[in-house]
Amino acid sequence: MLLELKNIYKNYNQGNMEVPVLKDINLTVEEGEYIAIMGPSGSGKSTLMNIIGCIDTPTSGEYLLDGSVINNYKDKELSEIRNKKIGFVFQNFNLLPRLSAMDNVALPLQYAKVGKKQRREMCKKVIAMVGLEDRMNFKPTQLSGGQKQRVAIARAMVNNPRILLADEPTGALDSKSGKQVMDLFDKLHEEGVTIIMITHADEIASRAKRVIKIIDGELLEESKQTQEVTENE
Amino acid sequence: MLENIRLSFQGIWAHKMRSFLTMLGIIIGIAAIIAIVSTIKGTNDQIKENLIGSGDNIVEVKLFEGEWNYVSGDSMTPENMPMINKTIKEELLSVDEITAVSAYRMGSMYDGIGYQGNMINGATIIGVDEEYFSVMGYRLVSGRLFDSHDRTQFTKAVIIDSNTASSMFGSDSPIGKNIEIRGDVYVIAGVVEETNEYKPKVENINDWYTYYYDDAGSKLFVTDVVWPNLFGFDEPYNVVVKPVNTEAMTNAGKKATEILNAYMPVNEDGSESIYKYKSEDLLEKAKELQDLSESTSKQLIWIASISLLVGGIGVMNIMLVSVTERTREIGLKKALGARKKVILAQFLTEAAVLTSLGGILGVGVGVGLAFLISDIAAVPVAISGSAIAISVAFSMVIGVIFGLIPSVKAANLNPIDALRYE
Repeated sequence: MLLELKNIYKNYNQGNMEVPVLKDINLTVEEGEYIAIMGPSGSGKSTLMNIIGCIDTPTSGEYLLDGSVINNYKDKELSEIRNKKIGFVFQNFNLLPRLSAMDNVALPLQYAKVGKKQRREMCKKVIAMVGLEDRMNFKPTQLSGGQKQRVAIARAMVNNPRILLADEPTGALDSKSGKQVMDLFDKLHEEGVTIIMITHADEIASRAKRVIKIIDGELLEESKQTQEVTENE
Repeated sequence: MLENIRLSFQGIWAHKMRSFLTMLGIIIGIAAIIAIVSTIKGTNDQIKENLIGSGDNIVEVKLFEGEWNYVSGDSMTPENMPMINKTIKEELLSVDEITAVSAYRMGSMYDGIGYQGNMINGATIIGVDEEYFSVMGYRLVSGRLFDSHDRTQFTKAVIIDSNTASSMFGSDSPIGKNIEIRGDVYVIAGVVEETNEYKPKVENINDWYTYYYDDAGSKLFVTDVVWPNLFGFDEPYNVVVKPVNTEAMTNAGKKATEILNAYMPVNEDGSESIYKYKSEDLLEKAKELQDLSESTSKQLIWIASISLLVGGIGVMNIMLVSVTERTREIGLKKALGARKKVILAQFLTEAAVLTSLGGILGVGVGVGLAFLISDIAAVPVAISGSAIAISVAFSMVIGVIFGLIPSVKAANLNPIDALRYE
């Protein structure tokens, strides 16, 4: 078992009101799973993903990652988890515009205090994996949306994380580059990477082996899709 | 760290106008301080040079009557004053700081001196020992100096200074001419000229009054041994000592004074004599004047520091803007695993680089300003390397201090709030 969420609640303060966003979420994820989280806007799926990614904290409940409860971890430990165990891919890429593709990919390694030479080697490898060797030194503004997202995936993967989290990774892309990105996810899944992905689109969710629906902050339904359904599409 | 500095320069360059305006407060503050320090240092060097000359110096140890310089003829001649003989001089020479000693007698005469019936308006008469001319820095222009014959035979020989020579004899050679002093006839043996080496610079009338008022006019030198023949009494001696170097002036003067005062007579009732030797400490005098100008400059530096404070607040303001602008970037970096201290270091470095750059530019402007001031106000400039180093370091510290609040704010941002920030 890679991670386990037990009775997770999350409330947001809006003025004087406590707005519940997540209610009693229980979820277990095994190593190597490919999960799609679906649900309408504002249902709380991004919040769930942020809690899994350790960039947000639950109001109550227990979060076990790799066997240890991380609720009370401080900045130092949380940073290390974000850096080494989790790779994030955002809808709007979140690349630093002043840095080249290479330097963007190198950021997590820099925080992990990897030496310059080794950094270069590791970056080259993941950039090659996403097929952008020839664009390594381009700035994000010189790249297309699909290319940007592939750089972002390379950045997420550069530290060999345990989980790849993707928040609508194709949301800002046209269908062609969206497909390229999804093929990349499939490839990563085949290589054994655990993937959790938020999506609105059914055809994208169908690539996942497991779909979770969240409505009004509640994990309503957890439907296991069979292998056949995927193959039929 | 180097990476952070490189990124900081990139950031500053990306917002040239904004960065420059932010730095302006620091630039003005540092420039003002550098300009003040440079001109004050220049002025102080000038004060010192004016007062004690640029070469080796002498310290006058003069006889005082209470608070006042004893002047021959103004009051009763004190009795039982020590005659400065070889023994006392050797004792003075045994002081480490003293390399040469001379003792002399000095009196002013307002009449009774003339050549062939033409009387001059008075002169200073100095009874000199063997070392006087060399210690005081006189140069022989013509004729000869006193020799042992003059001393043993009490020769009526006189040496005059070049001013007296030209005013009494014009272009004629004065050597061998007879002049009348208090009804006695003295033969002119030589003409001497003061060299400027040991003397203060005189640049204006105030300087002249300060340094030369009492010994203006003609100077006539006789041997100290003929003094009693000439005046009928033993005039007390003044002493001049030559220190090993300029810095030793104060100590040389103090030690010489102690030695001489040990020889002073005690009154009949056992109380101290009102006559005492005191050293005329030009170094001390220069220091007093320098302290005065320095205290003025310190106030000016405080005022200039206000500009640094304002500049620092400007830096803080722009750093807060920068943190807000880059909230998403901060959130992203945290999501990628950047620790608080990484973010803190990034923003602190940026603030410090910004103000250090301002400091360096300020030093440049300040040096230029100092030369401009010296051009306009005719004061010398002395650029102080330590002031420059301190200024740049200080501006860096300003960056760290005023960058601290924005940087802490950035470091403490919640990653998710920062990522969501629009």
